[in-house]
Amino acid sequence: MTTERSAELERYAERLLERARRHGATDAEVSVESRLSALTRFADSEIHQSVTEDTVRVNLRYVQGRRYGMAATGRLDDAALDTLVEGAAANAAGTAETDDWPGLPEPGPIPDVTGAYAAATGEATPELRAGIVREVIAAADAAGVGAYGSYATGTVTTAVLNSRGVRAVQTRSDAWLVTVHMSPDGGTGYAETCAVDVADVDGAALGREAAGKARAADNAVVLNPGECPVVLEEYAVADLLAKLGRCGFNARAVQEGQSFAAPGVRVAGDLVTVWDDGTDPAGLPSAFDHEGVGKERVSLIDRGRCVGLVHDTGTAARAGIRSTGHALPAPNPVGPLPTNMFMAPGRLSREELVGRLDRGLLVTRFYYTNPVDPKRAVVTGVTRDGVFLVEHGEIVAPVRDLRFSQSYLDVLRRVSAIGRDRRTVRGWFGGVSVLGDITVPAVLVDGFRFSG
Amino acid sequence: MTAQGAPTGALREITDRALDTAMSMGADYADVRVVRRVEESVTVRTGRVESVASDESEGVGIRVFAYGAWGFAATRRYDADAIDRAADEAVRLARAAAPSLRRRVTLAERPRAYGTYATPVREDPFALPLEAKVADLLDADAALAVPGVVSTMSTYAAQREWKTFAATDGSLTEQVFTHVGAGVEAHAVRGNEHQRRSYPEARGGRWRQAGYEFVRELDLKGNAARCGEEAVALLSAPSCPEGPATVVIDPSQLYLQIHESCGHAAELDRVFGAEASYAGTSFLTTDLLDSGFRYGSDLVTLVADATVPGGPGSFGWDDEGVAAQRTTLVENGILTGYLTSRDTASRVGRPSGGTVRAESWNRLPLVRMTNVNLMPVPGMSLQDIVADTDDGLYLTTNRSWSIDDRRWNFQFGTEIAYEIKGGRLGRILKNPVYSGITPEFWRSCDAVADERSYVMYGNPNCAKGLPPQCVQVGHGCSGARFRGVRMAAGR
Repeated sequence: MTTERSAELERYAERLLERARRHGATDAEVSVESRLSALTRFADSEIHQSVTEDTVRVNLRYVQGRRYGMAATGRLDDAALDTLVEGAAANAAGTAETDDWPGLPEPGPIPDVTGAYAAATGEATPELRAGIVREVIAAADAAGVGAYGSYATGTVTTAVLNSRGVRAVQTRSDAWLVTVHMSPDGGTGYAETCAVDVADVDGAALGREAAGKARAADNAVVLNPGECPVVLEEYAVADLLAKLGRCGFNARAVQEGQSFAAPGVRVAGDLVTVWDDGTDPAGLPSAFDHEGVGKERVSLIDRGRCVGLVHDTGTAARAGIRSTGHALPAPNPVGPLPTNMFMAPGRLSREELVGRLDRGLLVTRFYYTNPVDPKRAVVTGVTRDGVFLVEHGEIVAPVRDLRFSQSYLDVLRRVSAIGRDRRTVRGWFGGVSVLGDITVPAVLVDGFRFSG
Repeated sequence: MTAQGAPTGALREITDRALDTAMSMGADYADVRVVRRVEESVTVRTGRVESVASDESEGVGIRVFAYGAWGFAATRRYDADAIDRAADEAVRLARAAAPSLRRRVTLAERPRAYGTYATPVREDPFALPLEAKVADLLDADAALAVPGVVSTMSTYAAQREWKTFAATDGSLTEQVFTHVGAGVEAHAVRGNEHQRRSYPEARGGRWRQAGYEFVRELDLKGNAARCGEEAVALLSAPSCPEGPATVVIDPSQLYLQIHESCGHAAELDRVFGAEASYAGTSFLTTDLLDSGFRYGSDLVTLVADATVPGGPGSFGWDDEGVAAQRTTLVENGILTGYLTSRDTASRVGRPSGGTVRAESWNRLPLVRMTNVNLMPVPGMSLQDIVADTDDGLYLTTNRSWSIDDRRWNFQFGTEIAYEIKGGRLGRILKNPVYSGITPEFWRSCDAVADERSYVMYGNPNCAKGLPPQCVQVGHGCSGARFRGVRMAAGR
């Protein structure tokens, strides 16, 4: 089925390229993405939304010399081909010549990626999703708390072809389960997982994790703001990386002087090593980006120092290098982003990390974080779904949520220990709709400032 | 509400097929939306046209109520087989959800919806030559580039959507929406310092349900040089002081304060936990309704009004076929209502406020803001309020925002602050950030400007739901003063 779908999309893209050529394009690029997705949502321990959709996006970049225009459609019929070519050509004609137009990417190596698609995910039924959700709810019931969350499954087939010879086609699948459990006594707990294969999603285990957190967070006490050591669980660390990826390791932000990142600059403690690797099957692998350029493994932070940036064709041309395969769908005002980020694990268990806190906080995750000063990576947000006071290495009380506003670089600079276990969560990239992931351990941070 | 005539019924074959199939498969109720949407956008970046793009999308979304549960399926195809499959799938989804149900869903009654609506447009943006729109943007962008500005961005976009809604109670509406938005921004950098000034705001500018005449009214070019100059000047400006302060908030920031701390907080589906795992919940629990809960000071009256001409969140009927209306959320400071759907409204014994919308054909309709507005208070203009302020700060144009999942604890940053001394605006200050607790903040409001400075802002990217959906919402306000606001470090 996925092979047929891939072949169909590739044939369509070829026809569209040919029409663009015949129309007079000096170059053209076609990106087709077909998505079958479904989602079962639950609140107050019952399913309240259950949806499915079958969508397709066709993007055409029509190049005429140093002008280019873009057009997109959600249709695959013959009439749409002509409309798309006419629209993109008109958009190209309506623009001024672009001095630094880098041209479309040339064909390059595309890595072999295994494990990006699981048939069981592609064939997931409403009954399967409802069954997993019932496991989550059963765990909530057993703890006397309510379950609120969603379980999404989907398959995406992407074909990117251009007139320079790029031919890139892949099918990916993903399953994403998230739940917040809410206790009548005020505690809330969170658990999330994402995987290529629905078989790797354990609803009961996630339900127990969230329920345990929710009950442990009951009757939280108010803690005065200030600075203290913290253990940040994986969900919170994932937010650190997502924000730094967008504000910092994005080559466009660097080229426009809006990023902290520069080669050799210390941006984190010695223990911190971060990279982006779309080919790693530990996440949601992807072989190429939205320009059809093969994904390169890019080292971003090596033992605390900034060593690399992610590029698309445009930023790479300005830097005089080749794209690293991190383009987003066009039109893209954001620039290239790392969408498969990893942090190197350490050696300590979660208990050992917490055990190192003489007096500090264990933080489950951050919520609604936004950059206040992107160039310094100053971010504000709040804690959510489980904050705990730790004294002499033992959790002694749940704590009400706290606001913070501080540089995420300062947080990484003060990382003094790293957990050995890692968790993969869906990446959120500031409103950019791309399928990505972040795989991170928990970390111990010597000082974290809470503002209120 | 602008009922402009009888529907044509042009898509009746599709809508009837969807509804008939859903009912034959076991639905107790069904509605269907057939939506076609076109968009165009131009982005100019630092003097060059970065992108000119157009987009189109169309399809059918079928929502059913069956076995006591909701199901929704969408297809991009219009043929009978695809419609039948989608209707069948929607019923199957509802059936799969039914065993988990613990609460009986009831729908607030509504009259049959029937009619048409269209955005009033004087100058059709899609009919205007592309070259003219690009030229306007290039002109504005060039004006931004004063000495010291390192990068600029100027954007224009337009959207048009044709939406047919039909339901098994015989409802049929046809609506055409046209939205336009535009804005400019200048960036200045020195060392580790980065400052931005934008007009009317960054992130795509200000939006309105209108034609290209709205872009002309914005006068991007006329406001661009000031943006550039202020971005550069901010690099050398003193930092905004920390500590409690009297602040006068310009509509370019106040609209987002309303959006985050009132609009979202008043969404009744959030109150019931439907968004708990993603967008969050709300501190405005239903026990506060009719209890005299003081949300703000006597000067604070907030309405959700989908009937405002040109409002980004205006329409004839919502996506459940409920007619556009004006609902008071907060009256003279007291909580009086919510944003509701048919099923959430029935849980508080009220009729639906008609505030349900979906991003497009492929998304389930949800409770959304329409135009949530802070009503002006006769008496003082915004300038009068500044003149009435002995020592304070004038905050303008949003730069950053964050609020907790209950819409209780917030922090906002603005691009610039102007010192107010002796009733006059003085020197500029950089990196202003303020934080607070929602009801404490609104209760500290001691002046709301009159209608002379009332302006409708729009947020084209209000995200909610899973899969995430962005819709156009509006916020009218005139500016207001707040006492004892916590100013925080912005760096």
